[in-house]
Amino acid sequence: MLGALFYILIFPGFLFLVFSGLTAEFIDRKIYARLQNRVGPPWFQAYADFIKLLAKEDIVPAESNPKMFKVAPVFALTAAITAFLYIPLWGKEALLSFNGDVIIVLYLLTLPTLAFFIGGWYSTSLYSRLGAVRSLMQLFAYEVPLFMGILASALLADTWSLKEMVVFYTAHPWFWMFNLMGFAISLVSLLGKLEKVPFDIPEAETEVVAGGFTEYSGRMLAYLRLTLDVEMVVGSSLLALVFFPFGLNLGPLPGFLLFLLKVLFIIGLISLLRTVVARLRIDQMINFCWKYLVPLALLQILFNLILKGTLLR
Amino acid sequence: MHDSKDFKIPIGPQHPALKEPEGFSVALKGEKILGVDIRLGYNHRGIEKAAEERTYVQDIYLIERVCGICSHSHSTCFVQAVEEIAGLAVPNRALYIRTIIAELERIHSHLLWLGVAGHEIGFDTLLMYSWRDREVVMDILAAITGNRVNYGMNTIGGVRRDIDAQQAEDILKALTILEERTKYYIEVATQETTIIKRLSGVGVLSREDVLRLDAVGPTARASGVKRDVRADDPYAAYAELSFEVITDDHADVYGRTVVRVKELMESYKIIRQALKNLPTGLLTVRAPRKIPVGEAISRYEAPRGEDVHYVKSNGTEKPERVKIRAPTLANVQAVKHMLRDRYLADMPIVVAAIDPCFSCTDRTVALKEEDCARAKVINWQALHAFGIEWYKQQGIDFTELNKKLQDRLKG
Repeated sequence: MLGALFYILIFPGFLFLVFSGLTAEFIDRKIYARLQNRVGPPWFQAYADFIKLLAKEDIVPAESNPKMFKVAPVFALTAAITAFLYIPLWGKEALLSFNGDVIIVLYLLTLPTLAFFIGGWYSTSLYSRLGAVRSLMQLFAYEVPLFMGILASALLADTWSLKEMVVFYTAHPWFWMFNLMGFAISLVSLLGKLEKVPFDIPEAETEVVAGGFTEYSGRMLAYLRLTLDVEMVVGSSLLALVFFPFGLNLGPLPGFLLFLLKVLFIIGLISLLRTVVARLRIDQMINFCWKYLVPLALLQILFNLILKGTLLR
Repeated sequence: MHDSKDFKIPIGPQHPALKEPEGFSVALKGEKILGVDIRLGYNHRGIEKAAEERTYVQDIYLIERVCGICSHSHSTCFVQAVEEIAGLAVPNRALYIRTIIAELERIHSHLLWLGVAGHEIGFDTLLMYSWRDREVVMDILAAITGNRVNYGMNTIGGVRRDIDAQQAEDILKALTILEERTKYYIEVATQETTIIKRLSGVGVLSREDVLRLDAVGPTARASGVKRDVRADDPYAAYAELSFEVITDDHADVYGRTVVRVKELMESYKIIRQALKNLPTGLLTVRAPRKIPVGEAISRYEAPRGEDVHYVKSNGTEKPERVKIRAPTLANVQAVKHMLRDRYLADMPIVVAAIDPCFSCTDRTVALKEEDCARAKVINWQALHAFGIEWYKQQGIDFTELNKKLQDRLKG
């Protein structure tokens, strides 16, 4: 009982995720700033922002539906944190595991976006509603290539369980190289999930102020921002596990360090990508996802099927 | 105005996309724009009236503050009109120095615009880069004039400061850096896929529309209309300098970007020539305190387009009337046209593409005709009540909040 509580609340659960999420935000912002020729924030900036927001007044708009408005951020954060419990950090064991947990993780990662939609919609502000609709519209575009990219890797391993995927890729070292295209697709889709440039359309500052987050303040805004940070860590961890499944039998400490390196690499890629591009329009974004990402993901699946039929026979 | 059933979203008077308060009421259907109502007037400062109550010399500094970016443009335009009325022959060296400052100002304005445009399409890296490089020209301007903006270089009959050999050398050095950076920006603007995707085909304004709506500056030139006061009606030293009027056929925001970055290259060319041929001689001629009776219109190609000043003098030391037409006023009508059937996401960049400066534009127009039914004089209380009523119609009602505030103040 005590052990389970420790896992859920401290490591690798809530507390660890809060810290790693905020650190990830700092790393992302620092890299972004350095690439833009700026100094960037100090290491404690994300923590300071978070603590400051926690201390601020919560304002609930009179026109909003207070219940939905207040529940959405907590719901989003919980879903993002729960997803992490299914991901093996080092070695082959995750805290929770069963056959089909890949789907569960992806499902749990979808929930925050839905929560953003609900929160934005029930804020009843014009900007929030536009942002909310946009985030839902975007969801239908990036979610499919993300699922296909990750499931292509699972397909090769012939399992729906993250644990067994690890077992497979440890038994067949170098096989992860076949999934690199899937990694690229998933990484781009992840940008959409994290609402980062070029897919920060739902919160495009110059169009809809802060989108679904416009009416949020204080603690609830802090949770929403934390959700995005946690999502970044969870998403990067998932990508690291699915697409770079090597060095997983090194033991706890080196294994954990290697895991951190992989996540840092992915966060670095995210920062780099959002530095070098402009924000797309929603129609362009949907076109891009369905015209390029989905066919490429299909190609990856086809490739993996052929591999299974030849190499693994 | 549109049907009240439409989904209407207010962009402004306070909105992150806008750097100055102005109101756009955008009627939307999904993400598509059905129509836009533009409302100016949040920034009216009564500068024209204030100018009538000051002497000509004081007015130079007042009018320089019409705009924070093209301050030299407005003061030169005003000074030119006054000089024309007074019949002053401005020394050649002064004209050249005015030209150099004018072009340096164009460089800093266009680099600023490039950054703003980047920000509006969510490309903050471009903003950070171009504003960093803008510092080079800002430093040069500060070194020559003593200020980063509002240079105070003009006076009636000439300029107030000289450019010495050392400063000329510094300018040339800065130009080398800037030229290299500008070449890079031309490359970025014409090759980066997401930029092209966001800019091309957006905010189209055909050649006919430019002529019909009288757009000016880069907005007009991007639609292939060769309209540039520097070439059409040369002032200062432009008649003696050779440069090209940059035009483009894209007729959209992308074309406006290309025109602006290419104009930067022309500005470097102009400054180099002006520095090379800088004539020797006086900086200023003595101007009379009282300007003789007369009137004049002066035109000037500000970075944003044609700036027009009208000055009427009555023989005293104060002008009788000063009228300023900032370039944005000519272009703002085109925005409505450009936004037709576009997406909401295009709104910020289309507005930004005319390089708007709303506080420069805000003027009051009083209609004096007898049959104009709307013209009436109302007192302060009536105006106050009218304001409350007007905002109520827009859906903004402060009565409840006011009551709460009153209660709180009592309790």
